[in-house]
Amino acid sequence: MFRIASKKILNPTVTQMEIEAPLVAKKAKPGQFIILRVNEGGERIPLTVAGCDVAKGLVKIIFQIVGATTGKLNEKNEGDSIQDFVGPLGKPTDMEGKKKVCVVGGGVGCAISMPVAQGFHDAGANVTSIIGFRNKDLVILEEEFEKASDRLIIMSDDGSYKRQGNVTVPLKELLESGEKFDEIIAIGPVIMMKFVTLTAKPYGIPVTVSMNPIMIDGTGMCGCCRLTLNTDKGKVMKFACVDGPDFNGYEVDFDEAMSRGRMYADFEKKAREASCNLFKKEVK
Amino acid sequence: MALKMTRNPMPSQDPKERAHNFKEVALGYTKEMAIDEANRCLNCKTRPCVKGCPVNISIPEFISECKSGNFEGAYDIIRKTSSLPAVCGRVCPQESQCEKHCTLGIKGESVGIGRLERYVADHHESSAVEMPKANGHKVAIVGSGPSGLTCAGDLAKAGFKVTVFEALNTAGGVLVYGIPEFRLPKTIVQKEIDSLKALGVDVQTDVIIGRTLTIEELFESGYEAVYIASGAGLPNFMNIPGEGLNGVFSANEFLTRSNLMKAYLPDSETPISKDGVVVVVGGGNVAMDAARTALRLGADEVHVVYRRSLDELPARKEEVEHAMEEGIKFDLLTNPVEIIGYLNPDDPRDPKNGSVKAIKCIRMELGEPDEKGRRRPVAIKGSEFELPCKTVIMSIGTSPNPLIKNTTPGLEVNNHGGIVVDDGGKTSRECVYAGGDAVTGAATVISAMGAGKVAAKSIIEKFK
Repeated sequence: MFRIASKKILNPTVTQMEIEAPLVAKKAKPGQFIILRVNEGGERIPLTVAGCDVAKGLVKIIFQIVGATTGKLNEKNEGDSIQDFVGPLGKPTDMEGKKKVCVVGGGVGCAISMPVAQGFHDAGANVTSIIGFRNKDLVILEEEFEKASDRLIIMSDDGSYKRQGNVTVPLKELLESGEKFDEIIAIGPVIMMKFVTLTAKPYGIPVTVSMNPIMIDGTGMCGCCRLTLNTDKGKVMKFACVDGPDFNGYEVDFDEAMSRGRMYADFEKKAREASCNLFKKEVK
Repeated sequence: MALKMTRNPMPSQDPKERAHNFKEVALGYTKEMAIDEANRCLNCKTRPCVKGCPVNISIPEFISECKSGNFEGAYDIIRKTSSLPAVCGRVCPQESQCEKHCTLGIKGESVGIGRLERYVADHHESSAVEMPKANGHKVAIVGSGPSGLTCAGDLAKAGFKVTVFEALNTAGGVLVYGIPEFRLPKTIVQKEIDSLKALGVDVQTDVIIGRTLTIEELFESGYEAVYIASGAGLPNFMNIPGEGLNGVFSANEFLTRSNLMKAYLPDSETPISKDGVVVVVGGGNVAMDAARTALRLGADEVHVVYRRSLDELPARKEEVEHAMEEGIKFDLLTNPVEIIGYLNPDDPRDPKNGSVKAIKCIRMELGEPDEKGRRRPVAIKGSEFELPCKTVIMSIGTSPNPLIKNTTPGLEVNNHGGIVVDDGGKTSRECVYAGGDAVTGAATVISAMGAGKVAAKSIIEKFK
């Protein structure tokens, strides 16, 4: 069992927790993820590491309440425990030799892009961060991004906070004005990563995307997290858990990844409805 | 007494009934059947059966105890060389091992050695075990599958302090995530693991060696030897169009969802596809497990698609027979060329878009033998046909997992990615041993156990 050392509600749908897992805390690097199971009989879900406190042995996770499992996790409080917490998994984000980068984060993906921006910043790179949210209420980690970035641009879909529009708008402006980046790192919904890649393409700037497919074991055993890369040598199958989660944005088949991400949408919907009915009963 | 040339048949659940439940298929002998079967053993002085056993169980000796009804005595004999008798009695391919060499098998049916082993193990009353005298040495074992557990058992009995590290949430490796409940009940695996724990073996789940801890760090924290039994790894796919569609699974994924995550139970939170037509590609034991699991989950129809003929089917004969009795359809001399997806031309947001609609296959014929002597299947031009289905399960083997190799400097691997070992299970790194699927690629439970025994023997010698 793994104890929840702290819990913080970041916004109505996003929660931050620190989990006591000293072995994972010691090892985890930006870009890596963990797999957890809330309870016996629960589902295994991957979540990206949002930071670590090595001295205290804590691993920070930030999650959006989207399905039955994240809902259940959100019901847990400080001092409670979760059944399983294993990692770190995946390859860390490659930060070597990059002097000027643009980190693009969307929604809860900002929880993953923040430690990446921080990592680049700590390594001495010039960091531009562009982060986008649906509306003002969903903004997270603004202060942290402020500290980790040389320039921070915040967007909201509905214009309720800072600039209105999605993250590709300022990215395109920067690129058009002749801004050169060694790399653009996009982390967020698959559709956002797809359009960041398309936006950057005419300018020939390398784009790295962090894929977050459905997983079970996360160690390279089940193949559930596979995705297709369109490379010079043709189509290549890769496993996000051992080959990723970071991939060259120009190679990823985003449409297939989006379709695979929806595989259990129906099941999730039913599971959520089932748990909702349970709540109603308890209220009575 | 006249020699009975046929063995006592194994009582089994009725095929029609068992095709819809996850209860064990084979029910096990009664005491009378076990004694009767044991009495068929000739107790040959040359002990040919023992030669066929990868862990050298004293077969005639344990059967002699069964003849007199002393099943606890039989258990003690088996347990001297096998750490997992209840498992082996169920999943070993005895027909190609011990029973293959049985003298009775020359003219009639060999003694049901596996069935007797199962009876003995199932009826053993666990008693307080004597803790072995500690020898002060610490060994780490990577992976809690059959190979790791066997090695752990042998080392613990020799006085070593053993820790087994398991990446998943439950110990047992392939016995838990791979082999289904109806062939190997998980309570039996748990019982075997508990008996190892009673010997002082420490099992730590949720630790991935190569990620959470490296082999180097195990040595730094005081372990004097490491046995790598991390199993096979990445599932293979065919590299045909459509393998990224929703509804295409590796057998590993499908079985893990059902077995480890218990998706077959109504209260499990892990989803699995349960209805429609299921096509399993491949002909090994794993393919049989996947097909029979799909049937039990409620598939309308299950097809096994295999490119060679029934004679070449690599799965155990018993498993194939069971599958056929249950109503699995075998499309032999057939090979997939493409998986076809659903696409609604009028509605790009149709939720069915991107899911499997059919599998396109081609008929095959057997040509010249290949280097292994198996006749090579050759496609018959123009014989393509479509088989409508909802789910496709690829069961065509695995490739070694790169995690440990990539994080252990100086660990030699062959060009297939398998860890290179000598006859004693030693790797290119001092005090690092390896065995099981991590070395050989996908093989059997018992050969993995054999490798665990070999490595344990080497480690015991080294620290004598």
